Amino acid sequence: MTSELQEWLDGPYAKATGRFPERREEFRRSSGEPLDPIYVNGDNGEAGPMPGEYPYTRGIQPTMYRGRLWTMRQYAGQEDAEASNRRYRFLLDQGQTGLSVAFDLPTQIGYDSDASMSEGEVGKVGVAIDSIDDMRTLFDQIPLDRVTTSMTINSTANILLSLYAAVAEEQGVGRDQIGGTVQNDILKEYIARGTYIYPPKPSMRLITDSFDYCTREVPRWNTISISGYHMREAGCTAAQEIGFTLANAIAYVEAALEQGLAFDSFGPRLSFFFACHSNFLEEIGKFRAARRLWASIARDRFGSENQRAQMLRFHTQTGGVTLTAQQPDNNVIRTTLQALAAVLGGTQSLHTNSLDEALGLPSEHAVEIALRTQQVIGYESGVADVIDPLGGSYYIEQTTDALEEEARNYIEQIDALGGAVSAIEQGYQQAEILEAASGFQREVETEAEAAREGDRTAGKRGRVIVGVNRFETDEDSDVEIVRVDPTVRQRQIEKLERLRDRRDPTAVSAALDAIQQAAATDENLVPLMLDAVKQSATLGEISDSLRQVWGEYRERIVV
Amino acid sequence: MSDTSTVTDQIRVLVAKPGLDGHDRGAKIVARALRDAGMEVIYTGIRQTPDMIAEAALQEDVHVVALSVLSGAHLELFPRVVNACRERGITPENTLFLGGGIIPDEDADTLKETGFSAVFGPGAHTGDIAEYVRAHVPELDRS
Repeated sequence: MTSELQEWLDGPYAKATGRFPERREEFRRSSGEPLDPIYVNGDNGEAGPMPGEYPYTRGIQPTMYRGRLWTMRQYAGQEDAEASNRRYRFLLDQGQTGLSVAFDLPTQIGYDSDASMSEGEVGKVGVAIDSIDDMRTLFDQIPLDRVTTSMTINSTANILLSLYAAVAEEQGVGRDQIGGTVQNDILKEYIARGTYIYPPKPSMRLITDSFDYCTREVPRWNTISISGYHMREAGCTAAQEIGFTLANAIAYVEAALEQGLAFDSFGPRLSFFFACHSNFLEEIGKFRAARRLWASIARDRFGSENQRAQMLRFHTQTGGVTLTAQQPDNNVIRTTLQALAAVLGGTQSLHTNSLDEALGLPSEHAVEIALRTQQVIGYESGVADVIDPLGGSYYIEQTTDALEEEARNYIEQIDALGGAVSAIEQGYQQAEILEAASGFQREVETEAEAAREGDRTAGKRGRVIVGVNRFETDEDSDVEIVRVDPTVRQRQIEKLERLRDRRDPTAVSAALDAIQQAAATDENLVPLMLDAVKQSATLGEISDSLRQVWGEYRERIVV
Repeated sequence: MSDTSTVTDQIRVLVAKPGLDGHDRGAKIVARALRDAGMEVIYTGIRQTPDMIAEAALQEDVHVVALSVLSGAHLELFPRVVNACRERGITPENTLFLGGGIIPDEDADTLKETGFSAVFGPGAHTGDIAEYVRAHVPELDRS
């Protein structure tokens, strides 16, 4: 055993296991032989940076999944708060360990269910939340001091955080006790996802307001989940996913520094979110590269001295865009490969997609298979029993190096354009993503043409998508299509009418006025939003009051 | 519409995203593919109301209105776009209406009853879409 390894085992590893015992007293091979926690190259006498040590290539904690498995967190939400609450309680009963809330598009874009812009979209891609009444129902009988909740919410993130804190307070749980994440990543909305409301400048201010507020008041809250996922879904490559995401992260950090916040105080609450696609080994290298690159940016660019601010913690979702409508059962295999890569890449939490999501909303049965996929990897496969089991593989290490280098180049290009916000305004990331997506499409269609021309060697000319451009069958799929109840909008409208009858109109308009006035100054908006939601102001009313001050962003169309 | 406007002219296509859905990869890929196939393509961007789309279709005098929705709102939004177009004299008789997105087969059948001639789902080949447009635009009544 190398002395470096022994030092690590006696030092950081022993300290970590002393504080929190591992999942088992011993992890063993099938023969009964005990496994070491980690394996290193014993020949050259040095172990290299270990897990929990800068630059965290092998993982952010000294024990990784030997200590605790990743959080199994399935993104869910549909129709109204009643229906979504039932789904969350089902998932928690099935052994899921955290919640992840999907909101409908009106909630994400700051429209109440009764707004004309909401027509057709209420309750479709997630749950409709208009007011504190909906939020209270959403978390009914879910103890917010024991469950952590991730919310995919961006432009209206501070309103949803306020609603969550207000409902927790009603449950007797203080702001300092709640744990969770808001996505709060507006830059990737301009680039790829589309749920922006305001122009970049005030949008960035909403984000720095939340950094500032949560650092003081909600210490266990992850204030942002800086996301590569949606840019990857839109078509970018693995290296672009890292590069564009970390460039966005740099922009948020710089905005917060300008507000006078200290990197080492808000840095530990920054979290990240990546996709995992089917190129198994490349994806593993991607996660390792992202960790190493962020650690160096934190330390060298921002002068961080706090290790926790240098660790890239991330959530992973398997690749929605890799799912096929043809032969949907194959999606279980794709998702399994992707989930395994995310685990071998050291993810902190994971969502596995359901097999039917290229056809519509997932059925309960499909969601259950997706969750079971994670449980089989975690409890049966043995990959969680040693730390970074692929570290030291020539291919993995060189892929990690190559992706880090490529991503660093993208960050340099974005720096040269004046940073992420300026690059977005110039359409740089959008154009790069579309170029990559077009290239991918060409490869898939070239393969389809090869197949149609009778070329029997699959994959020689293009890219094979099993069941789509090769190995096709004519069978109709028998996947059950889940439908959203079309009366959801009407029910939400009635709830809103009752709310508006019941509440104190003077108190509501005073709360909204206070937000509007503060929007024109530097005052932190989060406490004012918390007041407003407690007065039963609606999400649409709060968003509208800011629209009047800040205006709305118009897309720069890139085709 | 002028007398010289015949099917031998360049085919003009409006690609539009109704509703609040921001998933525009498919719409952009189709817009590019049809442009590469020699058509003139106008892409609206996301978050378009039915009236905005119908107005653009009128202004641009298009042969094809191609709509993309991935949020599941297609049954509500697509027919509203057709209605807004009809109010401006743009009908399935003189304009090809196409749909795309995460759209179950039975919904595609419903949409065909409201004026859509074809719906393209995940895995569709852009070459097939271009071919479909070329085959069906000459059948339109552009008089």
